[in-house]
Amino acid sequence: MSSETKQILTTDGIPLEVSLKKAEKKNKIKAFLLVAPLLLFLVITYIFPIGDMFMRSVDDKMITNMLPKTFKAMEKWENLEELPPEEVYRSFYEDYKLLAENQQHGKLGQRLNKEKNGFNTITKKLFRQIKRKKIDESISIKEQINKLHKRWRNVEYWLAIKRTAPPYTVAKYLKGIDMYFDSDGSITQVEEDRRIHRILWLRTLEIAFFVTLFSFFMGYPIAHLLATLPMKYSNLLMICVLLPFWTSLLVRTASWMILLQQQGLVNDFFVMIGLVGDDNRPEMMYNKVGTYVAMTQILLPFMVLPLYSVMKTISPSLMRAGKSLGGTPFVAFWKVYFPLTIPGIGAGCLLVFILAIGYYITPALVGGASGTLISNQIAFHMKTTLDWSFASAMGLMLLTGVLVIYWIYNKLVGVDNIKLG
Amino acid sequence: MSKNPEFVKFDKVDKSYDGKVLVVKDLQLDIAEGEFITMLGPSGSGKTTCLMMLAGFETPTHGEILLDGNIISNIPPHKRGIGMVFQNYALFPHMTVYENLAFPLRVRKVEKDEIDKKVDKALSMVSLNGFETRMPAQLSGGQQQRVAVARALVFDPAVVLMDEPLGALDKNLRESMQYEIKHIHESIGVTVVYVTHDQSEALTMSNRIAVFNDGKVQQLSNPAELYEKPVNSFVAEFIGENNTFNGEIVDIDKDKCKVKLANSEILANPISVKSKGEKTTVSLRPERALINPSEKMDNMFTGKIEEVIYHGDHTRVRLNLLGSSEFILKVPNSTSNLELKVSQDINIGWNSIDARALDPK
Repeated sequence: MSSETKQILTTDGIPLEVSLKKAEKKNKIKAFLLVAPLLLFLVITYIFPIGDMFMRSVDDKMITNMLPKTFKAMEKWENLEELPPEEVYRSFYEDYKLLAENQQHGKLGQRLNKEKNGFNTITKKLFRQIKRKKIDESISIKEQINKLHKRWRNVEYWLAIKRTAPPYTVAKYLKGIDMYFDSDGSITQVEEDRRIHRILWLRTLEIAFFVTLFSFFMGYPIAHLLATLPMKYSNLLMICVLLPFWTSLLVRTASWMILLQQQGLVNDFFVMIGLVGDDNRPEMMYNKVGTYVAMTQILLPFMVLPLYSVMKTISPSLMRAGKSLGGTPFVAFWKVYFPLTIPGIGAGCLLVFILAIGYYITPALVGGASGTLISNQIAFHMKTTLDWSFASAMGLMLLTGVLVIYWIYNKLVGVDNIKLG
Repeated sequence: MSKNPEFVKFDKVDKSYDGKVLVVKDLQLDIAEGEFITMLGPSGSGKTTCLMMLAGFETPTHGEILLDGNIISNIPPHKRGIGMVFQNYALFPHMTVYENLAFPLRVRKVEKDEIDKKVDKALSMVSLNGFETRMPAQLSGGQQQRVAVARALVFDPAVVLMDEPLGALDKNLRESMQYEIKHIHESIGVTVVYVTHDQSEALTMSNRIAVFNDGKVQQLSNPAELYEKPVNSFVAEFIGENNTFNGEIVDIDKDKCKVKLANSEILANPISVKSKGEKTTVSLRPERALINPSEKMDNMFTGKIEEVIYHGDHTRVRLNLLGSSEFILKVPNSTSNLELKVSQDINIGWNSIDARALDPK
């Protein structure tokens, strides 16, 4: 009997599937209500802010709203080699006059000046003319404006206005990778000595990679010890691993500052044992070394715990079997034990790498100029330059990067193989 | 091929983990080539420790272990060439059945063709051909068990150790696996050292059984002798069922002794008692006591039935006899069955040769 054609009915004659769905509906609603507060919380604190961040990062409505008529008129400007028609001039004049009345003209000037240098001067000139009511609305506005300054007769400037028309822009994203729209609208790289963001991205990846590597090499033996020691000792060791977790991040970073600074404990010790001269103390802080040391220590538990939870499940008899079958201790480890810990390695590395890539406080405090990461740059734009849209753009690029890494990881190892415990 | 009677030799082996308690005490044990020997004992009796010392995972605190005349105490496990079947099989979960079996061959740098041949042979031995590409998790408990046995045998080790390999299987499977392992042993003639706490398993499979208790071998003999002629009350108690009487020797000659119980006297076979006045525990197998015996027996008593339990192939009868209400009888369920009823009085008889007077408990 084929199962597709024959529908199974319950004793009441209702199809089994329908009746099953009905029975499960109540449970589903109950389950949903249980998670609803969390879902709401996530939407409010996570999904919504990310959406807002995205809107901010591409938002470019300011000029769009300031020059509504101009952009409408510009739709009819077909020959972009030549100056726009009278209609565009007139609309621009009208928009500008309105802005001048509302004291908004200054903002427009500044914003256009960012698009093309020299705009501020010529808009101010226009503003003075309007204030003195020197512009006669009954005759060609195009001619009158063109007379004001030679730049108004340059089509480049009008094209610059036209470029600001769309309400959305990816300019902030381009800026994040040291590129920009030049005057003819094509994407170009900034000069070589001003490409700071790319350096920061690469450094962030590099530091995250090496921190992951260091954590792995330090965490693997610790996790192994934790999983194999007798309970009495492993509990103590576990507390040692977890202790940093219970200490404030700031306190931990500050302690590294005490240890690593030039007059700090580590340097004092090196001088004491004669490793370095007193006048030649190495700098271990405010550079990459400080960032590496402090971040590895702080992120180590995130490597140890997933590894430990996986190793705990590996029966010690497997290693014994490997040895009794003739494998040297190394072969038994490499062929039997190590492959079984891969899910833990995957989870630990992914966790540490993702945490490291967005790390902020520690590099800010011990990183100095050469040890700061992209997140410090984001914070700088959030707090100092107040360029929130740029900060949002970079934040989203970071988020996308993390998602891409996760995707690649899923392709290579498979997320199902991750074990956190 | 002449068999070496001392193929594996434990020579005065002591083992202590903490320096205070000896887990194995002065162990002296010879295992012949091709023999199936079982170490039987309750948990904590030191049998697994002995196995681990032989495998090389534990080192003797004192004494030597010899394999084919060579001292192996200082040889690491991977160089001993001893196959081992673990309690929970210890199959490598990330390898297929083929890879599991090929592992010991690959580490020995055996040629690919040779590996294929040997794996195939080992799998057919446990009738698992066609399972090469399965992962261990896709196999049932019994199949995993067979793979573990095949893996321990595939590299032709001189000795195979088995550490309670059937413990995790259900009763029927366990019994069929017992025979299967026994047949494999018979067909390839490998020396097997088997550890179990299940006495019926030991009796079924072994050539000889070493009963362990308290770190010592209590008795080393073949299954029949172990059951019929236990040398002390621990062995008598541990192997099979047993009726015991505690008493004192009042009269003794060469093959008979008189034991005084609380309010009567019985005749018994003196095994580990020598003189009058000694305390003793008399052990009698339930099936050796008969109801209304037709022939003359030198111990004849009347008891009262306390409980009758039907067991399918036999009926267990608990009697109040000689002041003890724990006397057990096993009555085969034949057609000429007796009417057994609770609180009925019946006559019980047994021969003094079957009542073994052992050391006191």
